[in-house]
Amino acid sequence: MSILVIAEHDNATLKAGTRNTLSAALKLGITADILVAGYNCQPAARAAASLAGVNKVKVADAAHLADGFAENLASLVVSIAAGYSYILAPASTYGKNFMPRVAALLDVAQISEISAVVDANTFVRPIYAGNALATVESKDAVKVITVRTTSFDAAGDGGSAAIENVLSPADLGCTTLVERELSVSERPELGAAKIVVSGGRGLGNGENYQRVLAPLADKLGAALGASRAAVDAGFVPNDYQVGQTGKIVAPQLYIAVGISGAIQHLAGMKESKVIVAINKDADAPIFQVADYGLVGDLFELVPQLTAAL
Amino acid sequence: MSMKILVPIKRVVDYNVKIRVKADNSAVELDNVKMSMNPFDEIAVEEAVRLKEAGVAVEVVVVTCGIAAAQDILRSALALGADRAILVEVDVAQSETLQPLAVAKLLKALVGQEQPGLVICGKQAIDDDANQTGQMLAALQGWPQATFASKVVIADGKATVTREVDGGLETLAVTLPAVISTDLRLNEPRYATLPNIMKAKKKPLNILTAASLGVDVAPRLITRSVNEPPKRTAGIRVGDVAQLVDKLKNEPKII
Repeated sequence: MSILVIAEHDNATLKAGTRNTLSAALKLGITADILVAGYNCQPAARAAASLAGVNKVKVADAAHLADGFAENLASLVVSIAAGYSYILAPASTYGKNFMPRVAALLDVAQISEISAVVDANTFVRPIYAGNALATVESKDAVKVITVRTTSFDAAGDGGSAAIENVLSPADLGCTTLVERELSVSERPELGAAKIVVSGGRGLGNGENYQRVLAPLADKLGAALGASRAAVDAGFVPNDYQVGQTGKIVAPQLYIAVGISGAIQHLAGMKESKVIVAINKDADAPIFQVADYGLVGDLFELVPQLTAAL
Repeated sequence: MSMKILVPIKRVVDYNVKIRVKADNSAVELDNVKMSMNPFDEIAVEEAVRLKEAGVAVEVVVVTCGIAAAQDILRSALALGADRAILVEVDVAQSETLQPLAVAKLLKALVGQEQPGLVICGKQAIDDDANQTGQMLAALQGWPQATFASKVVIADGKATVTREVDGGLETLAVTLPAVISTDLRLNEPRYATLPNIMKAKKKPLNILTAASLGVDVAPRLITRSVNEPPKRTAGIRVGDVAQLVDKLKNEPKII
């Protein structure tokens, strides 16, 4: 029952989700191997080797793996897949991009975004944006799995696994990188943040959104999110949207400001550990899922909250 | 350029419907529930139609794999401007267990017949949230892919696609033919006008069977049960900011 975890990294360091994916893998076996595929990625490989529970780190270091293109990555994973019963990666945009290719090339199903391991063949995964949980059993000999990282603890340090180089298949040469604009925001990524401050139509306009919410987010080290209504009204760009058709988040703390709580929005945030709602409408549906509700004028309450923290 | 675009679409529970799990926990209730085209697929249809309007493509073919009733979403896509539709019909039991790998294989067979220069699909269906079919089709074809697209430019035999990735945007150039999957920001689909809805009724809709395409659609994953997630109950109302801060600092110890 060998297990392979595909590390997500930027060549220098591991992304946090790699640790959670390893944790999920360690529910299926005692140890797991980790594949670090990249270019000049030895630092990331050393970081992977120091995680607890890692048997061996396999490193594929090649210029054509630098940008993590799905085609080259899938061909690499398939080339080393023999002998593994499980192949896991985080269900981030990185993992979601290449893992279905791996599954298709191995002629097996992918089990997307598991939130729990039931037994060796059976997994729980959210469907309908988390409004239902499906328990599915795989009939395939190899299980290709992406992991909802917010559902598993982060694996700890303390390992000292051997690092072994593996050869990468040739560059497929069908993709080139034109540009990469990673957000320069000091704030954490919406999908991975421990605290999210989210605003809705109640803020009135984009200027108010920034003026009222940014100081609170700064104080908490939180990511900023928004309801679809706020996005549609042009307060903030689409990538702020939390909800069924936007981002699904599950932070430790979700503060919903001026958000009524449409089904669409609740689907994207109701797995948050603690939900705070601030809204002037005492009957807003958001209060039905909020752990702490505060009814009143957000323009007074949010600055007070920011000052009190 | 005389490129044809194939757009695979799926019929799903409308995104405004609050879904219910069946009493026997076997599945989500679909009887008497409003069904619609998957929102990401609607964006895919819109993008394909825009590429045709811009003279980049000559024909937009929409396809779905599903039950006879799925013709309704094909007609919706035709009303948005697609030229022709294909239904790969399966029976109700098959449709309940039709999974991305099988759909990708059906689409591969259709790609063989239709020879499109580009496939544009939604990044995921909002029912099973699998996010697999486009990537699987690309792999089976040996084609490049550009998932989670927020901007698509087609020129000189290449698609230059801006992708929404965690933490920002990434722009790739992929050789054609390729598979592109749509994210939310790519475009805002138009509304079908009444004259276009009328015209759509006369556009060709061809019905095939999975068997005629030589594809085994047997499921690889067996659903053992479907459950409601643990219910969130309303917590407490706090009277003022001081009380809220006290709760956050002392009860869940969140901050």
